[in-house]
Amino acid sequence: MTIAIVCIAGVGLVAAIVLAIADKYLSVKEDPRIGMVTAALPGANCGGCGFPGCDGYARALVAGTAPNGACAAGGDACAAEIAKILGVEAAATEKRVALVKCCGTRSEAIRVGDYNGICDCNVAAMTAGGDKGCTYGCLGYGACANVCPKNAISIHDGLARVDKRLCIGCGKCVAICPKKVIELVPASATIHVLCNNPDKGPAVRKVCGVGCMGCHLCEKNSGGKEAGHFTFEGFLAKVNYANPPTDAQIVAKCPAKCMAEDAHFESGN
Amino acid sequence: MKPKETAAHYILSSSPHTHSNSSVSRIMLDVLLALLPTTAVGIWFFGLPAVWTIATCVATCIVTEALCRLAMGRDNTIGDLSAVVTGLLLALNLPAGIPLWMAVVGSVFAIGVAKQVFGGIGMNPFNPALAARAFMLISFTGPMTTWLKPLWWKTPDAVTTATPLACMKGMFAADATAHATPHAAAKALEQIPCLWDLLIGNMPGCIGEVSAIALAIGAAYLLVRKVITWHIPVAFIATVVVYSLIAGGAPAYAQVLTGGVMIGACFMATDYVTSPTTAKGKLVFGFGCGLLCMLIRQFGSYPEGCSFAILIMNAVSPLINRWTQPKPFGAK
Amino acid sequence: MKTVKSQFKFKGGVHPDYNKELAREQPIEKIPLPAELVISMSQHLGAPAKCVVKAGDFVRRGQVVGEKNGFISVCVRTSADGKVKAIEKRLGPAGGKADAIILDTTAKPEGEVAEASGPILEPLDWRTASREDLLKRVEEAGICGMGGAGFPTNVKLNPPPGKRCEYLILNGAECEPYLTADYRLMLERAPRIRLGVEIMRKILGGPAVRIAIEANKPEAIKAMETAFADIDGNVEIVVLPVLYPQGSEKHQIFATVGRVVPEPPALPIDVGCVVENVGTVAAIADAVELGEPLLERVTTVSGGAVAQPKNVLAPCGTKYSDLIAFCGGEKEPVAKLISGGTMMGFAVSTPEISTTKTTSGLLLLPNSKAYQYVSQACINCGRCVRACPMNLNAAEIAKAVESDDIKGAEDAHVMTCIECGACSFSCPAYRPITQFCRRAKNSIRARIAAEKAKAAAAAKK
Repeated sequence: MTIAIVCIAGVGLVAAIVLAIADKYLSVKEDPRIGMVTAALPGANCGGCGFPGCDGYARALVAGTAPNGACAAGGDACAAEIAKILGVEAAATEKRVALVKCCGTRSEAIRVGDYNGICDCNVAAMTAGGDKGCTYGCLGYGACANVCPKNAISIHDGLARVDKRLCIGCGKCVAICPKKVIELVPASATIHVLCNNPDKGPAVRKVCGVGCMGCHLCEKNSGGKEAGHFTFEGFLAKVNYANPPTDAQIVAKCPAKCMAEDAHFESGN
Repeated sequence: MKPKETAAHYILSSSPHTHSNSSVSRIMLDVLLALLPTTAVGIWFFGLPAVWTIATCVATCIVTEALCRLAMGRDNTIGDLSAVVTGLLLALNLPAGIPLWMAVVGSVFAIGVAKQVFGGIGMNPFNPALAARAFMLISFTGPMTTWLKPLWWKTPDAVTTATPLACMKGMFAADATAHATPHAAAKALEQIPCLWDLLIGNMPGCIGEVSAIALAIGAAYLLVRKVITWHIPVAFIATVVVYSLIAGGAPAYAQVLTGGVMIGACFMATDYVTSPTTAKGKLVFGFGCGLLCMLIRQFGSYPEGCSFAILIMNAVSPLINRWTQPKPFGAK
Repeated sequence: MKTVKSQFKFKGGVHPDYNKELAREQPIEKIPLPAELVISMSQHLGAPAKCVVKAGDFVRRGQVVGEKNGFISVCVRTSADGKVKAIEKRLGPAGGKADAIILDTTAKPEGEVAEASGPILEPLDWRTASREDLLKRVEEAGICGMGGAGFPTNVKLNPPPGKRCEYLILNGAECEPYLTADYRLMLERAPRIRLGVEIMRKILGGPAVRIAIEANKPEAIKAMETAFADIDGNVEIVVLPVLYPQGSEKHQIFATVGRVVPEPPALPIDVGCVVENVGTVAAIADAVELGEPLLERVTTVSGGAVAQPKNVLAPCGTKYSDLIAFCGGEKEPVAKLISGGTMMGFAVSTPEISTTKTTSGLLLLPNSKAYQYVSQACINCGRCVRACPMNLNAAEIAKAVESDDIKGAEDAHVMTCIECGACSFSCPAYRPITQFCRRAKNSIRARIAAEKAKAAAAAKK
């Protein structure tokens, strides 16, 4: 009994001494701020900042090689907290969210073939350019939904939709989309053009019932060219997100029905 | 308004646009056809109980498969015939006189636990029929080791508890002391049926494992139809032969022709899902099965080790696959 | 010159239904000039040509309309006289979009223009012309590999310093089902092919020549034997066993001379070989001797749904619909329209797509031949592993890609895959294994490109 107690106590003592020595001589000095910054980051490890996970970004921040404010998921609050820890200026960021610039559902946009293969947009696009008549629109095979770290994207009626509340603006969907139909836009913007086809009106109408024809009515209704709410690429209207329109009237007046007020975008459903 | 779809709709798919017309159900049908001779011989020797066991296992497997898929909300897969193959293989691995409710329990285990729990066809790590057999052997040891004599309705004591394997097990030990009791060895040898009986299957045993000739015909059919390759059966049987020549005991031909070696090597170990894909891996797999089978026969507590040998190798199969990856054409 | 049997057999390979009897006996027929041509700037591998004409221009047959745009690129010449109606982005057979010239061939030139006469390029005497002149001619004639990949031929014929071509291999295997364009070419234009070989031999510095033909084309072997009977030097016709993909560059090199091309990025020239399709060789002969650039090619129009299967000589840019009309239209409803052969061709969604320098076939498959598969779980049968001519574990790759494990696919050497389709062809569970490989290769290439761009951006900083 006594021997057992002594033995155990002895082992414990020796181990404690070894640990104490090891701690003194073998410890790795790490900037404690790295841990604090990592804690301040959202921990989604989405990679949207361009670093391998939140920890990687935190190290880069502490090392001073990354700008504060690259975390889209954390937004302003996160940047401010990091600024407090590191004593650096927070670059002003605006929350950005993904927008699928297409509203050509199965019932509106024609399909030109029966696609038979893997459910992935990139390979579907490699097969005869995809089965959608409009070669600019969303194919709806869910490559973006697969890659989204927050499950913010769902496919409905052959079309990807983003849930604005879940989206953290990491941009992974933008990078993977073969049709480049997804764009990061300010979360505060309420009026969007949901079309990506720069072709002439008749060509668009041949493949989609809700495609932009470039009629410029949205521009006219929002105060004309001088107001600068819209830009045009070919025969496609684009919202100028630096100066977004706010008048919901223009959505109702769009003859192509390719504009939407936030609702469509809000819930993802 | 949706524009009118005028253009003809073609099928859009990635190349190739042609197919060899092989299919999973055709492969399974081939296995069933290959099992016909041994099924027929089993019924010939063991009579109506064999028919009932086979019918019960096959029917239970199909029903279990359908119910599991339904419960999991997945596509129904009974059309691929894999459940029928599992049912038949399980029945062929049971003694003819087993109570039918036990056959039902075994079949439910085979499909429900050993296959569908892992996601169905292609996902199971162990051969479902063998897993069920091992489960039954442990759960119902008595009935699972009580054998009907072939053509039992013609003999006064229809039920026996000893297969040739049980006698052969003793021979490993007898061999060691052969000098002391040469009579014991000779006596044991007498209990092994003659070669002809071993070939046609005139001995007690499971329904489908007794007739080596019927099994060989089936295996030959599978080889001709290119359903299986020669690697696993040859490696398996060769290992058993070499082992028994080295270890002594019962003659090598008796080790191959009794118990589950023939059906195991040709039909169970060659199960695609649970065996390696490459030729090299298959040779390693066959060798492992043969070696383990003989080790269990010599040193284990059961007289027969074939099922356990294959199950253990099933577990190692992913590892073998990893070690025997093919070297790409042009790779260093 | 002698005929020998192939000494080397590669592992794997499959035997699809060849269906060549449909168009095998049809002599090459020239299509009347269609009213409209759609000439793509991307008819070859590498950077698309730069369009140098504008809408409204009148162009003459053979005029350069697209300039070579980079090292791996060739020029595009218009295949007919006509007026440029528009320049638009058009869908190509492989699913990509590229600038294309919409040419109205019925338009007449405005004002008094001298009738075009004489050859487009100055004919050269290959015996006296220098190697550089011959190479330049191949380049300005816009010749690229006509077997399918469309690799610029002048690049292939000009090995980098330090590398020497020891074997020139002529690819006459044509292992794709249905296609008979190369076969007809070998029968009908054997002397042109011989001339092309002599020119290429001069450019490449006198390599040995191997003419690879599959054993199921005895007439083609005979025709080549006759044409090459009195040629001097080391020339052999190698009869290959019938096996798909015998026409793959790497496998053909192995089957003819027994050399193994290492994994990418190694090229055939690294083992001293240059492989050219017989069509390309004939095009080189035309370009040098007649001064005729590559403006038209033989395309096999076949498949069960076309009324009269034919081997059509058509200008590059002919719309599929015109080809189909020339072949008597559809006999029964078309379920699948394929540009190329059934093993590696591209399914297309519309007959409004036009031919390019690499369009070897156009197949109209009826419902009975075009299957819509429902893929099942992998049963690990190993048929794909046995079928893979590159000896890859295709099942492993497909499973990795299916669970989004691109890294796993890369570790299983997916980048070595030649997309021949043997795995999908032999899969009893109808799994789109080749497409899984494509998906993996696509995302790996995208990742490498992104990394390169990132590194370039970092270097700029």
